Order: sequence, then structure tokens, then C-alpha cells
Amino acid sequence: MAPESPVPTLKLVQTLKGHRGRVWNVSWHPQGNILTSCGEDKIIRLWGTEGGVEGKWVVKTTLTDGHERTIREVSWSPCGRYLASSSFDATTAIWDKKSGDYECNATLEGHENEVKSVAWARSGQVLATCSRDKTVWIWEVAEEDEYECAAVLNAHTQDVKKVMWHPNDEILASASYDNTIKMFREDPSDQEWTCVATLASHTSTVWSIAFDKTGTRLASCSDDETLKIWKVYLPGNQEGIATPDGQPVWKCVCTISGVHTRSVYDVAWCHQTDLIATACGDDTVRIFQESLDSDPNQPTFNLVATSKPSLSHTQDVNSVAWHPTVPGLLASASDDGSIILWQFIDASS
Amino acid sequence: MLLSLVQKSKSIFGIGETVTTPTSPTPTAPNDLQSGLSAKSLTSMEPQSTVQADHKEFQELIYDYIRSIKDPEKPATLEDLHVVYEEGVKVKGVTSRNIKIVEIEFNPTVPHCSLATLIGLCIRVQLERTVAVSNQFKLDIHIKKGAHNTEEEINKQINDKERIAAAMENPNLRKIVEECIQEED
Repeated sequence: MAPESPVPTLKLVQTLKGHRGRVWNVSWHPQGNILTSCGEDKIIRLWGTEGGVEGKWVVKTTLTDGHERTIREVSWSPCGRYLASSSFDATTAIWDKKSGDYECNATLEGHENEVKSVAWARSGQVLATCSRDKTVWIWEVAEEDEYECAAVLNAHTQDVKKVMWHPNDEILASASYDNTIKMFREDPSDQEWTCVATLASHTSTVWSIAFDKTGTRLASCSDDETLKIWKVYLPGNQEGIATPDGQPVWKCVCTISGVHTRSVYDVAWCHQTDLIATACGDDTVRIFQESLDSDPNQPTFNLVATSKPSLSHTQDVNSVAWHPTVPGLLASASDDGSIILWQFIDASS
Repeated sequence: MLLSLVQKSKSIFGIGETVTTPTSPTPTAPNDLQSGLSAKSLTSMEPQSTVQADHKEFQELIYDYIRSIKDPEKPATLEDLHVVYEEGVKVKGVTSRNIKIVEIEFNPTVPHCSLATLIGLCIRVQLERTVAVSNQFKLDIHIKKGAHNTEEEINKQINDKERIAAAMENPNLRKIVEECIQEED
């Protein structure tokens, strides 16, 4: 056999077991020392290592009794002091360890049914949640453990699957079962949150979205088995793209089809390496990289690595999350009950 | 409450999602040869007849588990009512890990049957608890074409695993499903 050519690979670092049933979501503490996971068993697990990210990851803490039904997503505040969890029980819980141990010190209630996603804005002063009730809620941190609903956004016509904040601005993006992505921001003139953009191109449910580090591009993944890249065009852009009402316009500039063979449940865009990872219903984790000579208005993204079928999840992959500081370190969560840590190894390294 | 499940999915038509890709999309072909994509070819190397026999056997196994599901409304099984039928179960392929992809077509008893969603739910839950325990497979369920006036909406709903999972955590709905898939002693 010829020696292996130096190609990028996705190396399995560790398989984390502990959850019973489907794991819906994994996320990292902003400092990268805690990995958080949640799912069908209604338990939030906080994983850590003995001595740095190189060490073996083990369960350090479990948070129970916060929710009565599946916990769909967990999300750390940018300061790393608060953890928000959204659940099918229609509530969002806010946890902190001011007392020494993690405790739920606030519960956000208002959605009619399952809360699918929760996300903190960069400032840490604003949160967003979304639900099957078709609404997106904006919450403001009023004071210690007090959260006030600042807006209920009714722009989507169906189940809202995911909310994600712009990395630098207070702009919120949401993805829905109505096949669209919408963007919202607070109108400075009247402090009203309004829908400022609708991104329509997917032909089925948009499961997840992720901004690149600049916030000028967005990746979206869907039940239509595609991954799409969107680019924002500001008023007065050189390309001559019309911007009605002086609002930025988002255009789909790239569609990657024929790669994923089932619904694509999650996408993560690494802000250190610019790599894109996807979680797919065909049990596979995939890594995409933009080609060097890529045209900004018609970019090319290549599939550069795939999890090996023999050494990967054995059921749908639901979530992917890049480590915030270690380049190429990725966590994925699956219906098979496991979490896998991967290291992407570039051909050049 | 069953109705509300159906009602929640109204109007996925006519919201302008007919695709108008703004700029010309640049589909990116997978250009790697090293990855797991090549595993697909493994199965095509097996003799075709063996694969077909294996698929047929699996179809029969699946059908055996769904034929006895009780209709949510009538005192009869889905097979008795011709809601499910053997030729409606097909293995339409395999994934890169050689996991079978099964497609089930069913025919709701009346075109306006609001219980079509529930039947889809019963089929999925029954198979997850039986065949899937020892034999992982991927499942797509759809209504017989033209059998229901909102077939697209229902097809979308019964294949959304998040909605299925949430529905099964609803105690009332769960009870109905349990009664439908309960084995007769």
C-alpha cells in the first residue's frame, strides 16, 4: 500500500458517555475549560479535565431538577458566569454558582410550548429564546436574577428552531420550520425590535445557523440536505446590490448540495480557523474550508474532512461546537447518547 | 389536542419559499477521496441478489411490527383498514455506514383524516421501540400521494424528529400512542 498522503483528517480524541438517550446539544464555556451537554434525560452535564484541555474529560457536575422535559439547548453567557438552558417544558432556566454550587436562580416563562434555543448577546445584557409557538422573545437583564421580556417577535409563520446573535452587533438571526431565516434589530428611533431581513432559499426546515467571526457572512443548514452561505451587502456596496430602505441585504452566495445525505441539524463556524463543521442525520460530522482563491461574491467551500464511519457516532449527529480557544478542537453530540471530541488536523500541520 | 398538532403546521404553503437563489449558487462537489464517502461502494460490491433478499427480509420484519398497530379511532388494525400494506414498506438504500434507509407509505382512511399525523407518530414510535433497538435504521414516512389534502404538511411534521420527541413528552398524546401500539395479549 502506498503511504498515506498528507490530507486533512478529523481525529477522534475522546468519546464521552453518560447521558441516557438522545443528546441534543453541546456547548463550550467561553474560556473553554467546561463542556456542557444536555438532552432527553433532562440532565445538564458539565464536563472538565484534570489539568488543561489535553487531559481526559470527565463529568464534573450534573444539573438536575431544572426542567420537566427534554433540555434542548444550553448556552453560556459571554462572561461565563451564567448558563441558560431551554426546554420542551416551555421554560428557560438561568443557572449560576454564586452560592458555591450551580443553582437555578431565574426561570424565563412565557412561551406556549417547547423552547428550542437560547442565546446571549455579546453584551451579556440581552438574551433571545424561540419556540414551536412561532415566536422569538428578547429578554433584557434588569437586575440581579431579574429578566424582563423586551419584545415578542411574530415574524415567522412556523416553529422557530434556532436563535443566534451576531458576533459584534446587537442583531439577532433566527431559523425556522417555515424554511426561512430572519434577522432582527432594535430600531434606534423607537426602541422597537423589528424584522430587518428575511433570507429565503432553503426548501425545507432551517435547523441551524452560524455567523463567521466578522458577522458579514452566515452559514445555514437544513432538512433540504444543503449547507448555504449568505453574505451581507450594505447600502452603497461596490457590487451594486440594491438595498431597499437603506437596510443591509443578505444574499445566498453559495449552496453546497449533494454532500449531506440526510437532514443537516447543526452548523458551527469557527472564529479562530474559519472552518465550518456540520452535524448530519447521516451520522456524519463534516468539515468544510473555503478555497484560497475563493471569490467573495461566489465563494467556494470544499469538504476537507469527514468522520470515519467505523469510528464515529452510530446515529444522527445533532450538534457541533468548536472550542473557543484551541484551534480545530470540536465537540459533537448524537442520538446515540454520546459526545465525541475531535481534533481537525490540517494537511500542512 | 390532536387537531392542534395538525393545526400547528398550517400554511407551509404560500409563504414565498419557492426558491429564488439570489446569486448563482456554486455547488461544491466533495473533492476528497480519503474520507468515509467511499464506503458507499462497499455495498455495491455485494451480489445484488443477496442485497435484495436482505432488504426484502427487513421490509417484512418492519411490516410485521406496524401491521398490528391499532387505528386511533376504529376498533381495527392499520392492516385491517388498509392504512398500511406490505408494498408500502421499502428499503430505498443504505448510508455510508451501511445503515438501511426505510421508506414507509401509508394511506389514511379518509382524505380529511386529522389523525394522519397521529398514525405517522404511532408507526415511528413502534419501530423505534422494536426493530430499532437491535437494528439501527433510518426512517422516512409519507402519506400515499393524493390521499390527504394536506399531505405535504403532514409529511414534514411526521419526519421532524424534534416535534416527534416533543409530542411523545406530551402525556395526553403519549397515552393515545401507547394505546394504539399496545400488543394484544
